[in-house]
Amino acid sequence: MGMTMAEKILSRHSGGGRVQPGDIVVCDVDKIVQIDLTFAATAPMPKRIADPHKVVVILDHAVPAPTIADAEGQSIARQFVKQFGLEKFYDVGRGGICHQVILENGIALPGQILTCTDSHTCASGAFNCVARGMGPLEMLQIMCTGKTWYQVAPTVRFELRGRKPATVFGKDVFLHLAAVAGSVEGHNIEFGGSGVAELTLDDRATLATMGAELSADFATFPADQRVVEYLHTVTDETFQTVESDPDAIYSASYDIDLSALRPYVARPDFIPHNTLPVAELADDVPINQAFVGSCANGKLEDFRIAAQMVRGRKVAPGVRFIVTPASQRVLKEAVHRGYVETLLEAGAVVTNSTCGACYGGHMGIVGPGEVCITSSTRNFKGRMGSPSARIYMASSATVAASAVAGRICDPTTYFEDKL
Amino acid sequence: MSDPLVVKGRAWLFGEDNLNTDLMMPQTVFAKPLEEQVRAVFATYRPGWVDEVRAGDILVGGRNFGTGSSRPASLLLKRLGIAAVIAETLNGLFYRNSVNYALPALECAHIRDLVAEGDVLRVEITTGLVENLTRNDRRTGTKMPEFLQAIVRSGGIMERLRAEGYF
Repeated sequence: MGMTMAEKILSRHSGGGRVQPGDIVVCDVDKIVQIDLTFAATAPMPKRIADPHKVVVILDHAVPAPTIADAEGQSIARQFVKQFGLEKFYDVGRGGICHQVILENGIALPGQILTCTDSHTCASGAFNCVARGMGPLEMLQIMCTGKTWYQVAPTVRFELRGRKPATVFGKDVFLHLAAVAGSVEGHNIEFGGSGVAELTLDDRATLATMGAELSADFATFPADQRVVEYLHTVTDETFQTVESDPDAIYSASYDIDLSALRPYVARPDFIPHNTLPVAELADDVPINQAFVGSCANGKLEDFRIAAQMVRGRKVAPGVRFIVTPASQRVLKEAVHRGYVETLLEAGAVVTNSTCGACYGGHMGIVGPGEVCITSSTRNFKGRMGSPSARIYMASSATVAASAVAGRICDPTTYFEDKL
Repeated sequence: MSDPLVVKGRAWLFGEDNLNTDLMMPQTVFAKPLEEQVRAVFATYRPGWVDEVRAGDILVGGRNFGTGSSRPASLLLKRLGIAAVIAETLNGLFYRNSVNYALPALECAHIRDLVAEGDVLRVEITTGLVENLTRNDRRTGTKMPEFLQAIVRSGGIMERLRAEGYF
């Protein structure tokens, strides 16, 4: 009987024996990523850590600090980096949102195990890495001991085929999966099939990131030539890719024809089984805020498409359009290519890289009764501010088109104008 | 001393599926002292509930209880006095946090059919047995693996790390 990608990686890190769902394995962790929120005056700091080479610190959620408490935590983070001589430190203005920084810099590598306290850590599965969010206390334990436990979960497989239309993005694919499979709590997700090669690395990262919204443990892609070639341009570290066995066991498998997809939207409050093609959204939904950003969709591709949607147009009166890059590198490139100027001309606000509005922290909080459409990660009630605000979710194309229209709209006609 | 993994207490029913950790620990209290964070548990979802909880009470949840972010909602529930969480299914990240903060947690299918709010339950996290003493009925859920039981029994991760001299 064969193993899935995640099972093989867990096996490799726990002595090499066969692992199967239900097993508890204790694994050596390859990469340990700490973010700003885990550093605070009240948080305990260890006297010693297992291996400083494995620890990476990335300040991303509350940057630049919007409160004194945040500023104090970030100061403690800098002291921590100094105290343990950490080599990989991404301070304000030097990195960006952790999951994007991890992928850009080859921190998550195929066949490895990565941990971080942010719940969207499954993002690193885009590069064939077993990664999931951990509680802040568990992150301390992993820093101290270099190890943690995993209870091996059964795996749901998404078999992708075909090529998606030009108006359909990684987020739309995900929202379709959410309609088809719903929540998969207690399971891993594995992506495979000939359609993977048709997806950009950004689209794969969106899909892996959003695995958290289906409550998956891990969300893992195979590492094809495109991934391997990219990683060789950013890191000298060696790695060994992992493929699933042909006779691996899956608890469910879904066949997804990418060519049949259309732009999707999620209704407020929760994503699983709460999404539909945006053209089928019967309600007329005027909006107050449109947000493009987050680890899932603050990428260069999102800037490109948002700029394309608004070029020569204006953000609708009464609407705020906020665009937040996933990293400093994305922002620099978006400036270089003129996307930022196009967005600014249209009346958008372009911020620094931060988790900011996505988690209702700062720079884009929504007020009581307001409606927001977002391409970020999560649409829980109260997530982006007031609990009475309503948060719809869609691709950056749909968000940008809606910002111009002043109401949620299918971006397809905007493409027809521009293509 | 009694076993923390065998719990008897009054049940609170939070039976809606997918109750998330934002509701238990809103980001507005991240930087606040722990006592204030505890006051915010389910504050918008069920205002006033924190004042009704007594130490030793048991929380009964629906499917995918505790979905969402890694914020340590389990710690707040424990500090509030909740002695155990039983749910139809538990979100994986919530379950990890529960083990690590030594909050006994158990998955038990059809638990919602067994329990009305206020019933007195006896729960064996060690075997998965859930008894409703008020109705004289029982269900068996998925027992917590021994490896994880040991973490809960030792008082959670922090106690272990202290014992090993990391702090």
